[in-house]
Parts: sequence; structure tokens; C-alpha cells
Amino acid sequence: MAVIRDVMPAFDLLQPESAADAQKLLEQHGEDAWVMAGGMDSFDWLKDRIKKPKVLVDLSGADDLKGIRATSDGVEIGAMTTLTKIAEHPLIQKNYGLLAQAVELVASPQIRNQGTLGGNVSQDARCWYYRDGWPCYRAGGNICYADTPVGRNREHAIFGADRCVAVHPSDSAPALIALDAKFVMRTPKGERVVDAEDYFVGPETDITRLNILGPGDLLTAIRIPATWAGAKFYFEKVRDRNVWDFPLMNVASAMKLSGNNIDQMRIAVNAVAPKPMRLKAVEDAVRGKTANADTGEMAGKLAVEGAVPLQFNAYKIPLMRNLVKRAIVGTQEAA
Amino acid sequence: MPEMEDPKTTESPSKTVTRRKFILGVIAGGAVVSAASYKILAPGRARSFGGERLISLNVNGKQRRVDVMKQETLAWTLRYKLGLTGTKLGCDRAECGSCTVLIDDVPYYSCSVLTNTVRGKNVTTIEGLEAEDGTLHPVQQAVVDEQGFQCAFCMPGFVMSAVGFLKKNPNPTREEMAQGVSGNLCRCQDYTKILDAMMRGAQYTKTGVPAGAGSAAGLKRRA
Repeated sequence: MAVIRDVMPAFDLLQPESAADAQKLLEQHGEDAWVMAGGMDSFDWLKDRIKKPKVLVDLSGADDLKGIRATSDGVEIGAMTTLTKIAEHPLIQKNYGLLAQAVELVASPQIRNQGTLGGNVSQDARCWYYRDGWPCYRAGGNICYADTPVGRNREHAIFGADRCVAVHPSDSAPALIALDAKFVMRTPKGERVVDAEDYFVGPETDITRLNILGPGDLLTAIRIPATWAGAKFYFEKVRDRNVWDFPLMNVASAMKLSGNNIDQMRIAVNAVAPKPMRLKAVEDAVRGKTANADTGEMAGKLAVEGAVPLQFNAYKIPLMRNLVKRAIVGTQEAA
Repeated sequence: MPEMEDPKTTESPSKTVTRRKFILGVIAGGAVVSAASYKILAPGRARSFGGERLISLNVNGKQRRVDVMKQETLAWTLRYKLGLTGTKLGCDRAECGSCTVLIDDVPYYSCSVLTNTVRGKNVTTIEGLEAEDGTLHPVQQAVVDEQGFQCAFCMPGFVMSAVGFLKKNPNPTREEMAQGVSGNLCRCQDYTKILDAMMRGAQYTKTGVPAGAGSAAGLKRRA
């Protein structure tokens, strides 16, 4: 599609100055409202004229949605905190280095300066058929252009496909799942808190969105409990370019060890399925085992069980096997 | 107005109202009404949270009044409303970096910032880097000295990224500098020379531009 460089079509711009006002505006405007955090996802939709909201609610003036606060049980990160602020924050670096590593690998410096944690976990799918405005399942149509014999699907899902084969593109999401984070939302019915992995929805639940936010809902903060503070972390992102690119796959894990024995582990991968995937079977299988290449091998095989590759993305199966193995061994050399 | 408010022609219930008292009453009443309207409208205006049309922007240290659309991006305002065409528009999709400007000393893609969101912030463009007397910023001088760019369409973005990065990390290694400007693309693929220039810029920023800089390349900024 030709790239349009003219001014975006008109919308009404609302700039609330608090989370409460923002949520009220979202509730008031319902389906007409588009909520914009950093804007790095929003502007593509608006500039390409694929989404044409009547009202844009810009959260950048809501200061109570920003900031990183130590709590009695861990840390709370405002949804509008930029990725740069998170990557550079001493407490995050010291105790939750997994998240610092993950957000440091997002896109480019300018995008991290503007992009927010709330936006990163709430961004839409990056399947180019969908992003270019093709009338696919996710856009309300009745076809998937990527899942055809000639569809370009090298970046697409090997798990959890249900009509749509797009993957979740976030780098921070698997890190937050591994850290057992809680997502705090302000909804018309009051505050709602869910586990990180329950924030995301697959096409089997609702094919038109990637998370549970409905009209009138606002993600306000992400709480990370101290449970995994200072654990042994592993994050790796694989992508075509070293900058700007979305993950072909990423893996995030947190491990508690006694000597070299795994007491407990949480591990998640993303860009393999329509939602970030927590590998519970791996977590259970490695408990009590030694963190070495053999355990990694076993875990990797277990992780890819049931994977269904498309025409051009079979490489994701060995990639995932190796990333899981590396997460358990804890080094990049081990594969 | 006073003619119309003449008590002789108005149907005032009180026959004792003088013209003077009546006018005073109107003024007082108006004052009450306007005071009350202020009370009614103030929270109403706060509730609307609307982006504004006539805004004041601080660009390169100057307050600039400008008429903007709500959906207008900062790059558009800078180039087409304020005439600051040093900021380039390449992809207009936050991919290439040629529109990079500093907002409160932090590099942003100005193609992906709504102008309405930078009210009250300090915007610096490539035009705002040089000193009052026209002396180039150390990074600009380094670009001249190294002849760091080929076609140089991407140069303003690279320079702004580097200047923003150096404010945070004044002593970078070449690798760190490469990371610092990694959000900018050069279609001439001139990256090695660009990095030479940026590293020289880092040194100039730290130690000052040496006397006679630029003469080696036979180049000086034209007056």
C-alpha cells in the first residue's frame, strides 16, 4: 500500500490529566474512543487511514499514570512510564533485571523514549496483512491471508492459531509473565487486577483484540511482586535486524536455584502464538532438576510439543527449542 | 445600549428607578453573570480536556505562537508552520529517524508526536543547535570536519540523536554511540563515516572544538 504522508484525518483530541479523568472519557465515548499511550502503535493505524476514531484520548498528560514506585511487596510501574525510564531505573535493574533487559531490546532509542510499558503490552498484532487493512478475520472479515499456500507467514504463529495466525509482538510481556506481574486496570465497574498471562486473549476468545481491555477500560499500572526479585534471569530476543525490529521470537525466564538445582522456574516465550505463551509444562518438568544442557534439551523438546508450523515458519520450532534450552542453561553459547 | 436601557422606554416594574441607577444595576448584574459564568464554565472547560488550536510552543528557546490542527504532528508544525525545514520527513512512520528533534533534551521522532502534546515543553531542532553568534554546535562542526555524510538528508536526525545521546552519555565508546544513533537510518549506507563524525562530535563536545577545526578539510561555515 502506498504510504500516505499527508496530515491524518481529523479527530477530536482529548488530553486528560489524570487516570480517573481518562477512564471517564473512555467510558463516555465508548467505541468511538481510541486510547493513545506513547502513540507508536496508534499513529500507524491513524496515518494509514485504517482506523478512523472520532475521539483520540491522549494519556501523555496523565502524570499519575507515570513513575516507578517501590511498594511493600515489590514494585509498581505506571502504565505510562516510558521504556527508557524502566530500562534505566536502579531498582528495576537491581531486582527485576529481566524486565530491564526486555525493554532495552524494544525497537529504537527514540521509540523507547516515547513508548510506554502499558502501550507495549497493549499494542495490536503486527501481521502485515492485518496492518495494511486487508479484511482478514482479525479485521472482522472471513479469511486469513497469511495462512494460505502463498501467504507470507515467516513471522507468524506455530501455536494457538485459530483462523488468525498473527503473533503477539511484545518484548516486555513474556518478561512480565516470568516475573509473575499483575496488571491493574480501571474499569467502569471499578479496579480490576489480573495475572499477567490473563491479560492477553487469543483468537478463540476474541479474534479482534489481543487483550482483555474493552471500551471504557484503562490499564493503569503493572505490579511486580518481590517473589522473583534477584532471581536468575534469562532474556533473549531473536530478530532480523538488531534495532527497531519486532521479535521473531523471544524468551524470558526467572529461575530460583539451590546450588545448580532448579527449585522453581517461570518461563514464557512470545511471538510464537497470538498471546504470550507461558510454558507451564516446562516449569513443572524442570523442578528439582540440574540446570544443565541435558535438562535444557529435555525442556526444549517439551516446549515445542504440539507446534504446528505454517508454510514458511518451520524454523521457529528449532529456534524455540534452543531458546528454551538456553534459558535453562543460562548462556547463549549452549545451543 | 444606554438608549435602549432608558427607563422611559423599558417596562420596569419600579417607576422610581433612575437612569443612572438602572445602568449601575445592569453593570452589577453583568458582573454577577460573568462571575457566575466563570464558575460554571471553568469546570466545564476542564472537563472537555480538548486539544487547542492556537497554542504557544517553545522552539529553540523562543516562544512561537502557532495555529495547529488537533491531529497535526510536530514534524508538520515545525516544517510547514514554523519554517524549520531542517527537520526532515522521511518515512513519517517512526522508522527512519530523519525527523528526530529533542523534546526537553530527549530525542523523539517528531513525525510521531502530536504538536498539542508538547505545549509547555522545550523543543530543539537542528536550527537551534548553533550558538547566537553562528558558531556551530560541536557535533555539527565534527560533521563538517569529518565530511561524515554523503547526501545528508538523514543528517539533521543523526545530529539530533547524537546530541541527545551525548547529554546522557558524554563519554561513549564507538559501540555505545552506534547504539545511541541506532534509531536513525541512512540510505547511502554511510554508517562508518557517520560514526566517525559522531565520535569526533563526542570529543568536541567534551574537550571543545580545537582552534582551526574545519580548516583541515578546507571548510568553514559560510557567514
